[in-house]
Amino acid sequence: MADTAPASASAPAAPDFSGWTCPAPLRDHERIVMGHGGGGTLSAELVEHLFAPAFGSDVLAELGDSAHLTMGGARLAFSTDSFVVRPLFFPGGSIGDLAVNGTVNDLAMAGAVPAYLSCGFILEEGIELSVVGRVAQALGDAARTAGVTVATGDTKVVDAGHGDGIFINTAGIGLVPDGVDIRPQRAAPGDAVLVSGQIGVHGVAIMSVREGLEFGVEIQSDTASLAGLVADMLAVCRDLHVLRDPTRGGLATSLNEIAGAAGVGITLDERSLPVPDTVANACSFLGLDPLYVANEGKLVAFVPPDHADAVLEAMRAHPLGKESVRIGTCVADHPGMVVAATGLGGTRVVDMPLGEQLPRIC
Amino acid sequence: MKYLDEFSDPVLAERLFDDIRALTTRPWSLMEVCGGQTHSIIRHGIDQLLPDEIRLIHGPGCPVCVTPLEIIDKALEIASRPDVIFCSFGDMLRVPGSGRDLFQVKSEGADVRVVYSPLDALRIAQENPEKQVVFFGIGFETTAPPNAMTVYQAKKLSIPNFSLLVSHVRVPPAIDAIMNSPDCQVQAFLAAGHVCTVMGTREYPDLAARHEVPIVVTGFEPLDILEGIRRAVRQLETGEHTVENAYPRAVNEQGSPAAQKMLADVFEVTDRSWRGIGMIPRSGWRLSPKYREYDAEYRFSVTGIETEESTVCRSGEVLQGLIKPHECAVFGKECTPRNPLGATMVSSEGACAAYYLYRRLEAPTVNAPAANTPAKEASSVG
Repeated sequence: MADTAPASASAPAAPDFSGWTCPAPLRDHERIVMGHGGGGTLSAELVEHLFAPAFGSDVLAELGDSAHLTMGGARLAFSTDSFVVRPLFFPGGSIGDLAVNGTVNDLAMAGAVPAYLSCGFILEEGIELSVVGRVAQALGDAARTAGVTVATGDTKVVDAGHGDGIFINTAGIGLVPDGVDIRPQRAAPGDAVLVSGQIGVHGVAIMSVREGLEFGVEIQSDTASLAGLVADMLAVCRDLHVLRDPTRGGLATSLNEIAGAAGVGITLDERSLPVPDTVANACSFLGLDPLYVANEGKLVAFVPPDHADAVLEAMRAHPLGKESVRIGTCVADHPGMVVAATGLGGTRVVDMPLGEQLPRIC
Repeated sequence: MKYLDEFSDPVLAERLFDDIRALTTRPWSLMEVCGGQTHSIIRHGIDQLLPDEIRLIHGPGCPVCVTPLEIIDKALEIASRPDVIFCSFGDMLRVPGSGRDLFQVKSEGADVRVVYSPLDALRIAQENPEKQVVFFGIGFETTAPPNAMTVYQAKKLSIPNFSLLVSHVRVPPAIDAIMNSPDCQVQAFLAAGHVCTVMGTREYPDLAARHEVPIVVTGFEPLDILEGIRRAVRQLETGEHTVENAYPRAVNEQGSPAAQKMLADVFEVTDRSWRGIGMIPRSGWRLSPKYREYDAEYRFSVTGIETEESTVCRSGEVLQGLIKPHECAVFGKECTPRNPLGATMVSSEGACAAYYLYRRLEAPTVNAPAANTPAKEASSVG
């Protein structure tokens, strides 16, 4: 938990870019490549080795989905996220829903009760007002459903060809209840690893419309606010260790981040992974692994073993957690690594993805 | 996914494992030809569960891995041109050429697009008549027919701004080359089911007879592969060497006449260099003279390419089954999926990447045997 004390009065010297050499992990790329936004290793290294040192912020150093702040005695979670999804509307949602649910969920994963959002629209010259209106309406509806107030906003317009229709940034703030301390670093050997439902749905829904792929049935995004589900979980167990919504990079990325942050190992039982047939079929067709496909309305929880059954029951009682299952266990072995028991009885390492998953050629 | 689930049923798999254990009386080395099979084997941990006597050798059937560096460099040069939209399947974008990859070219401003079908590239050509649209046509007998059909369509519809950068390869000559190698350790092949879906099994009896090697056509699900292994081991134990089809739901002797006809019309057989292996006679396709105007190499006059391979990467030996990925001294150290020195570390079908992704936990500490590259491949270490 970091405090928000003002930084040292003497401002840090501006970085000398003429003599500046990227730390080793960035040496392979002189320019930003798409993988830097994929939520995997490249994204993490960009933040860790470029942004974090430049910003020099103790609060940021925790590198959680939300920052933990203390102001006037109140414990707050503070988070921001940008949304560049294409297309703007997809089965089950829109960029407007995502812009609310993404930030609300980042707050909820810190155990916070989301309260206020900011909303910045970057619009591309030429986009129809009716489209902007539909997105704004969807955003407002999602905020009301999630119980948060859009408190401030901003609008910018960029030249035609310099945007992708609509980009949205939201930031959110929420109160963390007393006694709640949910951080990736708290994952401990013995913890049950629970997931709140079927995985990979959002990513496949987006792919199906973005790439013009049809998989026989329409796949709806699972975008949703998870704050209510978290509240129900906290009601039966105040001592949840870790919560994470496995968005970009999917469940595999989130689990690897948690394993790395806490220095623990994670074992998964592949047979228990809730992969719906539609997602499994689409992934089989494209040569993708559902573990790496994005979700927008799911969470993964690390729960002390004594409370695992009660939390699972509470999750299943909530509409967004009906299909919750235990998928694995946190262990002391192979620290920093996620290992899955395969359906046939073998094992495999479930690694952090580098950038975006690439469909295989055949 | 009921249909596919049936082919990964753990109870049936255990029965097949039992059968294989019961059949096996001594050590055997089997090569799965296709990278898709390698991926499935490592992904499901099949190799860990086989009897110790059964050694699986990962073959050269990853199309991304065997595409020559020279072609990759040509792709990078063509993609860099301002009037070009360069289209490719996703996993080619990270394959390193001499120093960079298509993702980096894209980040420098090139219009590089991932497509899921060559016909998407043709549509892009129709929508962008002021641009030259190039599709990177790589792969085996599986991807060649749709690429051939796309060129056929381009000609039929008189779409002048589409072309194909061709690096297609054929499986049977590769099997022949592997068996002809003096260092060959392969005693049986699991042939790639999807290749045979297109080409049938007619190309294999001669190979099996000439090299006295069992060839079993298999699919890609766990039970498909286990059934293929079971049949191959049965043949080895009884001294047989015939072609068996363990993938009858997709493969027959004739294959797809329509696809073969399209291939014969658009392509002609040519000698082709395989990355890490070298030149294999009559192992590839190029556009036939009738379609030469759709050949991107011809259209863009890409010449003077000087390639530069890693001097420490041993993916050529991995591709030939001479060493396992972790027996390369740079595996998992200098060479990882984020910084691949050879193509076998790039594609998830590549043996090195599959080992890195799925088997790193138990890969023994590297004790690399001395390089043992046959003379004929020495000039092209992958």
